[in-house]
Amino acid sequence: MTTISSASAAFTGRDPGNRLYGPVPDVTEQAGYVEEHPKRVGFFTDTSVCIGCKACEVACKEWNTLPMDDSHGVRDAIGLSGMSFDNTGQLGANSWRHVAFIEQSRTVDLPMPTFGRPGDDRHDHGPSVAGSGDHDSLATAQQSSVLNAEALSEFDPQTGQSGADKQVRWLMSSDVCKHCTHAGCLDVCPTGALFRTEFGTVVVQGDICNGCGYCVASCPYGVIDQRKGDGRVFKCTMCYDRLTDGLMPACATACPTQSIQFGDLDELQARADARLATLQGQGVETARLYGRDESDGVGGVGAFFLLLDEPEVYGLPPDPIVTTRDLPAMWKAAGKAAAMMVGVAMTAILGSRRS
Amino acid sequence: MKTWLDSWPVYRQLTGPDPFGRGKAARSKGTEATVSRTATADRVVKSVCPYCAVGCSQNVYVKDEKVVQIEGNPDSPINRGRLCPKGSASKQLVTSPTRVTTVKYRRPYGTEWEDLDLDTAMEMIADRVLEARRKGWQETAGSADDRRRVNRTMGIASLGGATLDNEENYLMKKLYSAMGAIQIENQARI
Amino acid sequence: MPGLGASFGRGGATNFLEDLANSDCIVIEGSNMAECHPVGFQWVGEAKARGAKIVHIDPRFTRTSAIADLHVPLRIGTDIAFLGGLINYVLTNELYFKEYVAAYTNAAALVGEEFVDSEDLDGLFSGFDPEHRVYDESSWQYEPEEPPHSGSDHPEEAAQQESAEQHPDVKKSDRAQAAGSGGPPIAAKPKRDETLQHPRSVFQILKRHYARYTPEMVSEVCGVEPEVFEQVAKWVTENSNRDRTTAWVYSVGWTQHSVGAQYIRTCSILQALLGNIGRPGGGIMALRGHASIQGSTDVPTLFNLLPGYLPMPHALQHQSLDQYVADAAGKAGFWGNKRNYMVSLLKAWWGEHATAENDFCFDYLPKIDGDHSSYQTIAAMIRGEVSGYFLVGENPGVGHPNSRMNRFGLANLDWLVVRDLQMIESATFWKEGPEHETGELAPESIGTEVFFMPAATHVEKDGTFTQTQRVLQWRDKAVEPPDDARSDLWFYFHLGRILRERLAGSDDPRDRPLLDLTWDYPTHGETQDPDASSVLREINGTGPDGRALSSYLQMKDDGSTTGGCWIYCGVYADEVNQARRRKPGKEQGPVASEWGWAWPLNRRMLYNRASADPDGKPWSERKKYVWWDEDAGEWTGLDIPDFEKNKRPDYVPPDGAKAQDALAGNDPFVMQGDGKAWLFAPAGVVDGPLPTHYEPLESVVENGLYKQQANPTVEKIDGPWNRANPARSDVFPFQVTTYRLTEHHTAGGMSRTLPYLAELQPEFFVEVSPELAKLRGLANNEYATLVSARTAVEAKVLVTERMRPIRLRDGTVVHQIGMPYHWSYAGISTGDAANDLLGIVMDPNTHIQESKVSSCDIIAGRRPRGPELLEFVEGYRQRAGVESGKVGLNGRDPVAAEAGEGSNL
Repeated sequence: MTTISSASAAFTGRDPGNRLYGPVPDVTEQAGYVEEHPKRVGFFTDTSVCIGCKACEVACKEWNTLPMDDSHGVRDAIGLSGMSFDNTGQLGANSWRHVAFIEQSRTVDLPMPTFGRPGDDRHDHGPSVAGSGDHDSLATAQQSSVLNAEALSEFDPQTGQSGADKQVRWLMSSDVCKHCTHAGCLDVCPTGALFRTEFGTVVVQGDICNGCGYCVASCPYGVIDQRKGDGRVFKCTMCYDRLTDGLMPACATACPTQSIQFGDLDELQARADARLATLQGQGVETARLYGRDESDGVGGVGAFFLLLDEPEVYGLPPDPIVTTRDLPAMWKAAGKAAAMMVGVAMTAILGSRRS
Repeated sequence: MKTWLDSWPVYRQLTGPDPFGRGKAARSKGTEATVSRTATADRVVKSVCPYCAVGCSQNVYVKDEKVVQIEGNPDSPINRGRLCPKGSASKQLVTSPTRVTTVKYRRPYGTEWEDLDLDTAMEMIADRVLEARRKGWQETAGSADDRRRVNRTMGIASLGGATLDNEENYLMKKLYSAMGAIQIENQARI
Repeated sequence: MPGLGASFGRGGATNFLEDLANSDCIVIEGSNMAECHPVGFQWVGEAKARGAKIVHIDPRFTRTSAIADLHVPLRIGTDIAFLGGLINYVLTNELYFKEYVAAYTNAAALVGEEFVDSEDLDGLFSGFDPEHRVYDESSWQYEPEEPPHSGSDHPEEAAQQESAEQHPDVKKSDRAQAAGSGGPPIAAKPKRDETLQHPRSVFQILKRHYARYTPEMVSEVCGVEPEVFEQVAKWVTENSNRDRTTAWVYSVGWTQHSVGAQYIRTCSILQALLGNIGRPGGGIMALRGHASIQGSTDVPTLFNLLPGYLPMPHALQHQSLDQYVADAAGKAGFWGNKRNYMVSLLKAWWGEHATAENDFCFDYLPKIDGDHSSYQTIAAMIRGEVSGYFLVGENPGVGHPNSRMNRFGLANLDWLVVRDLQMIESATFWKEGPEHETGELAPESIGTEVFFMPAATHVEKDGTFTQTQRVLQWRDKAVEPPDDARSDLWFYFHLGRILRERLAGSDDPRDRPLLDLTWDYPTHGETQDPDASSVLREINGTGPDGRALSSYLQMKDDGSTTGGCWIYCGVYADEVNQARRRKPGKEQGPVASEWGWAWPLNRRMLYNRASADPDGKPWSERKKYVWWDEDAGEWTGLDIPDFEKNKRPDYVPPDGAKAQDALAGNDPFVMQGDGKAWLFAPAGVVDGPLPTHYEPLESVVENGLYKQQANPTVEKIDGPWNRANPARSDVFPFQVTTYRLTEHHTAGGMSRTLPYLAELQPEFFVEVSPELAKLRGLANNEYATLVSARTAVEAKVLVTERMRPIRLRDGTVVHQIGMPYHWSYAGISTGDAANDLLGIVMDPNTHIQESKVSSCDIIAGRRPRGPELLEFVEGYRQRAGVESGKVGLNGRDPVAAEAGEGSNL
């Protein structure tokens, strides 16, 4: 019988293999797929070519047979959000892709943007409404606006110079579970319902999940969510079943403009780096990759983005940190007790079997 | 004993290369049995999206004579396998629970739908077509001093959507023309 | 599409979607391509990635604008002024493609002395008949090179045809649309002045016509700043020459105007001047909105057309086959073979019964004698003149403008057959809808008998769609339709079968056409579904040996060939269903000729002979497409040449040559009587040989260019249910435009019923600018009520800077409201129907309604309910000086003088 490794991070308080934090060379292998396993796959969502068609949302729901409605969890709750063309609201148990719509504009003559439009500041104040053409309100609006005036360059792929006097930018971005290198949801799941697949993705196993909801609080992006009336949690599986058949996830398959690209993560990263260089070469200085950096708070993600503005503008946390980063230290104290408990349990079971 | 123990996640977790139980060790029975419904489909049929006019080619997956998935056909040089939200929702068009699949009949001044047998409905419609054709028949038309032969009926009109197949439009125009109906129109005018 | 047909000879999109990737500049105007054709938009994305400039010209900033380099917000309904400005810019700055224009357009043609331009008549052309509000086009003709009709087989009859063409009842029957595949007939080829200097040359007339369309005038009329106009002009002209091409993309944003065909004509003139037609990355991409809109005009269910754009016989013109073909027979171009196409069609329909002795049963065809288009038919229904109506996948009670009037039409039928997938509003009008709320309709008053016949979906039947670039694609049946659901092919085949059985033995001559009809299609399966491929084969046609034809050039006028739609001839070549070809795109070149089948004769880019210079050499290496191979003695290239394969570029027609033989080796527009692209249209467009800016009927602005405010030939329908908002009315001070969203489809029957789509755009809304919101006290995500002389509707409001007021030079501010039209009361996503707000006025060429621009008022809050709504709207009408809109029983005209109390229930 194999001995239990006393060197496990869980018991030592050290995290030499970056099992809970920091870059990981092969997250799949770390998850136990030591033999031959597929390369880690992911999504690269290039928001600069997104046309906000929401094919990803529908293709996802259709493939995964998700219930209608999303953030509200109730069928009757259907209704206009008033936030630009976004009536999905956010990722949830029933919406595993969510296209955000952010309207920005500025008068060309002015060095600063004018005022926020519906969707700009939804996270703070809800949509701004009529009458904001009033110049007196501009100062306050500017202060609370996350709009980055510099971003509105002539070359910005999502900035239309509209007429001679105005630039309008309608940012669209399809959000999804990030399939983190260090996935908070996975680390805290007490039942083993969440697991890392041989493709390096993070998936909930519906036949295990007992709906405890620990994972919900542990996701730095607020992705994973409990389904009302069911109790269990649901999120993007990166179409685990399709991957087993050699197909791309439903969203990436449908995406008309290849804003959502699926592939081996290293290849996507190279592609994203090239795209970023191109855009920056064209003068789009605010273009940036989000989730690409493996030394960030979640060790980089499996679903990363090219954004044209600050992450907050899109409703993404600027500096996500896996909620279990400090676990090793915490566990060091609890480790001995845990080991003892497990030992007792094992002895009891094995003992009973022998007899 | 070994087999039994191997299937116990905690055992796999503590003994295998996945000591945190976050990967291989945590795989459930359901996960192991995962299979894509594209893989189990009986056949894949080639179709074309019925919404806008881009003409996106679709792969229709059929299992037990039911449509289980519709997605873009990557072979098409036009859409290259991609679909918009409507195309992506087109399976719902087929499988929608609110789809009406039997004949409904509303009698004159009636307040409710009634059920009707398909063959009966066809016979009733044929009766009405012949009667309307007769009622609206014109041998000639025009001003009193310049009557021209028109041999047509003004009693029947038709308006088709532009999701009609060419073959369907063709039979419609052919049949209507033969019965003398001319007020035949299509969404194409709208 | 007469706009394209009259300009180039065919009504179809000139290029194909994938070819947009080859464009150096793409102007999307009158189309919201990213939202309405998202998957086609990938090719715009390709072009952009390769460095092309993308311009979106649209009153609204849409998801298309978001990806464009430049959004040009122009005032709704002013595209002719904008495009006319570009034409003037091109001519004034001599930026046109000189060799192309000289060789391939009718710039050198001379127009007759009688022609007077609209510049000289303050907005009218010569020949206007104010009583009937139609033009006599005689004065627009070319100065003939030879006596008129001398090339014709029947000169006398051809001349008669031509004069009958000017009869108002013929005008009304939409003859222009018959230019869908074959330019309008002309009496003779014109005299030419190759120097283009003759004052009556088309080139000089064009110059004079657009001389006043300056950047300043564009600014004044369109509200587009001169610097923005200059930017567009610069990008377009810099990218239109031997080495570079510009493509124009339009959709119903152009067609749905009272001068819609002329919008497309203006673009055609511009693109011809720039040398962008028939060349890769160029052209005019007409985006159709439905799976088979193109197919539904090619194989038309339209009152004025037979398959292949053969006109429906007109009582005043066509009492015999000879008369029918007289206008074209023997003349230059492929239309010269009209008799072959028609006889083959008659043979396909009446088989052995059609003989030379009986004029091939030509007399079996019913004749039209006016406008029998959809809206006129609705008016006839309200008058009680129509007994029965078939709605086959169409929902006019939501999707048609003035849907209220449409519902009144349905309420006055004896019977109605609705074939659809879901219980649409047009099937339930007798028990639900706004008029039930107001008390104008009630089940007890409606005698219409309704049959709802469940239809099959696209995967439950075999058949072809013809998509936006003329490609026919075959669908294989995946599953059987459930229960009583049947294909429309099944329905019409079996209806025809039953009718023929009923009439068997009849000796009434009027029943002969039905009894003699070829109607013996093989059937399959338990439900006896007719075989769609045998129908397609009939459409293709057969030769004397009974084998499928491979080209319409094989068609004969002696009755030895058949063919249901000559332009589709070749789709069953070699007895193979060519539309079913699915060779993967990756295994083919960029033109992908082995995917499906395109009409005509699988040519993917029309007029592609123009991609080579007059000598047959490519204009440039970069834009090489089809060229003359001297060694092989044939045209060759990436595509199938849209030209006779072995006709030398230096071929000059001998005297007396007929049909295609009368066209020269440098005449790329093979369907035109003179082989040229028409800058000036001497025939085929009923409201003028040159596009002229007119204001929309319900414009809030005065026409800045002419005294003539709106299209003088516009078609109207009068009745209490179709009152017009007066132009420039203070009561209806805002412009409103309708459109659709990515998340929904037209009247919503195929999208509001589907949960995943419904939730994405869950409610009816309108888009307004912050300025208008402030002006009217509207709040984001709150209700507003929109009012017109028809009715009032309520919608949620989205306040957005994407909508903007247009400031005109004189300080006038025009507020524009965006109103998607998908909703009504049924389905999951619901709301008032936008189309209830609109009236019906029509383009006189196409009878397409002006739903892209009308006027309204907008106020905060919800609309009145019940009968109060009627009073509310009537109050608006009174204030605007509009006649009463109150209706009688089931929407009929109020009978008594004191009527106006609404329904007399």
